[in-house]
Amino acid sequence: MNALSIIQLIVSSSLIYAAPLILTALGGTFSERSGVVNIGLEGIMVMGAFMSAVFNIQFAATFGGWTPWMGLLAGGLIGVLFSIIHAVATINLRADHIISGTVINLAAPALGVFLTRAIFGAAQTGPLPESFGRTSIFLLDRIPIIGPIFFENTSGPAYFGIVVAILSWFILFKTRFGLRLRSVGEHPHAAETLGIKVYLMKYSGVLISGLLGGMGGAIQAQAISNEFGILTIAGQGFIAMAAMIFGKWNPLGVMGAAIFFGFAQSLARIGTYIPIIQNIPTIWLLVMPYLLTIIVLVGVIGKSEAPARLGQTYIKTK
Amino acid sequence: MIRQSKGLLNSLLVPVMSILFGFLFGAVLMLAFGYNPVEAYRAMIVSVFQSPYFIGEALRQATALTFTGLGFALAFQAGFFNIGIAGQALAGWVSAVWVALAFPDLPRILLLTLSLGVGLLVGAIWASIAGFLRAYFGTSEVIVSIMLNYTALQVTNFLIRNVLSEAGNTTARVGENANMGFQWLSTLTQNSRLNVGFFIAIIVVILYWVFMTKTTAGFEIRAVGLNASASKYAGMSAEKNIILSMFLSGALAGLGGAVHGLGTFGNIFTQGGLPDIGFNGIAVALLGLGNPFGIFFSSILFGVLNIGAGFMPNQAGVPDEMANIVIAAIIFFVGANYIIRYFIDKRAAKKQTASSTSQGGDV
Repeated sequence: MNALSIIQLIVSSSLIYAAPLILTALGGTFSERSGVVNIGLEGIMVMGAFMSAVFNIQFAATFGGWTPWMGLLAGGLIGVLFSIIHAVATINLRADHIISGTVINLAAPALGVFLTRAIFGAAQTGPLPESFGRTSIFLLDRIPIIGPIFFENTSGPAYFGIVVAILSWFILFKTRFGLRLRSVGEHPHAAETLGIKVYLMKYSGVLISGLLGGMGGAIQAQAISNEFGILTIAGQGFIAMAAMIFGKWNPLGVMGAAIFFGFAQSLARIGTYIPIIQNIPTIWLLVMPYLLTIIVLVGVIGKSEAPARLGQTYIKTK
Repeated sequence: MIRQSKGLLNSLLVPVMSILFGFLFGAVLMLAFGYNPVEAYRAMIVSVFQSPYFIGEALRQATALTFTGLGFALAFQAGFFNIGIAGQALAGWVSAVWVALAFPDLPRILLLTLSLGVGLLVGAIWASIAGFLRAYFGTSEVIVSIMLNYTALQVTNFLIRNVLSEAGNTTARVGENANMGFQWLSTLTQNSRLNVGFFIAIIVVILYWVFMTKTTAGFEIRAVGLNASASKYAGMSAEKNIILSMFLSGALAGLGGAVHGLGTFGNIFTQGGLPDIGFNGIAVALLGLGNPFGIFFSSILFGVLNIGAGFMPNQAGVPDEMANIVIAAIIFFVGANYIIRYFIDKRAAKKQTASSTSQGGDV
């Protein structure tokens, strides 16, 4: 393999594996910025993956090549519905955020497989008729050298994720809604005295995390696993959380971290084709994202980086 | 969070109501998909109690859950959410099997003690990493343990493929000297895999209770959990208690994994995900409200649910995932116990005003 094709292989497979992580990690960012810890992202991804797979199979004939993108929406919608559980439990019912998230992670795989059995009579859906496949980004792929590396035969969902990341950064830091959302995560009392509806902001944060987490799951099912089963989502939600922390709760940093983790995940699979990397035992590549997260948490990020009132229940004054 | 209630009856109300609501939720879901919930629950629960074999299997499952549940509860009482129970249990499992395979010729009592001891220790050390980082760097124990969970999963699978077998997906079975079975116990339960681990679990439940309520170390752990600043002013070392509680928590999880591994399987095989006994252990601890005896009984309930689930597809046509949905629903209501307490308090308040007005009438 020549250098160009190796680089192209690395970039495209990194992006493919990064795509679900980017969206889910951005979802986590919205939730945590509003002060709600959402370790239920893993479960939300499971539901998104399930829904998109069902949608894909049911509507492939109707939507043809657009099916995966419509499936992405379907996954996002079910993610919103599912995240309402977390919102109600943590915001209104004052449940511990971690317990509620754990409940979601316990419930989602069971519910997903239960429904799959109820619909298909088996624990897996079987291969999906229309997957994302590889796309070339219109016009950009004609740029010499850069074009073939970044924009030819690459992952459409990853570029969708990058666009969402830029949009999220704008929303969080340049709009009134974003300022309010962040203020609720930092100091809900002060926010409330200024007339901001704290519960509404927290609901927005959690529901957006549901939307993006569900979409992340839908990408995992339709672009990587190409089916839904109990093993479709195996830890991606937690890696997305790691990316969120790694990126210091800033959408652009989060996106970068997610792409890096996608790179790390893809290395474990394509590493054998790449010089130098092929000499590193696979186990190191597999555990690298996790160990790096711990190191970053300990060394680079102080406690002050997280939203100040993260994980604390806020009780509205009357 | 889970608050200590006044009366025993009052504190039993939340778990009992949660169990009821959990089953109710499952029933509604089954009705929505055209299944018969009565038949499903009958298949799940009655079938287990009809045969000594399945009672034995349910108790065997409860054994592992008791250990992981106690492990989670211990850290929880100190104010830490040890979500790494599953990884610690897996670390205990693989190391116990490893020791058992490495020294097949040791006498049985020695080999079992050594295997279980190493499993316990490895689980404890694995959890202590999160405790240490929390104590000295203020790093969230939740995130670190999640990362350690997946590290444990990958390393375990790597060890099974590359060290403990020749590129296979499963290790050899441990020898007769690492067998935890008891002849009379398996005869009694028609060859179920119920083993000596069940009695170890009962002993550990009692030890846990003694440790937490009768010793200084246990008192300190509870004090730190109730009010970290107050216990610091009282001269207790926060760092020491954080690391100690995570160490003990991981020790219980590791022992649980070791007992589960040697007692149930006698080997280890590559895992697609983290072992269920971890997250179900968390569920058991939350339902048992941190009380060791409560955890023991919750474990038996979940053991019956886990084993009974296997009957649902054949006898009622309901997918066996239903059991896990019910478990998740139960824990939802335990976690959101505010809603249950709200109604209890409201009723109590009503009663009080009713009785005081009647008293007023007398005067």
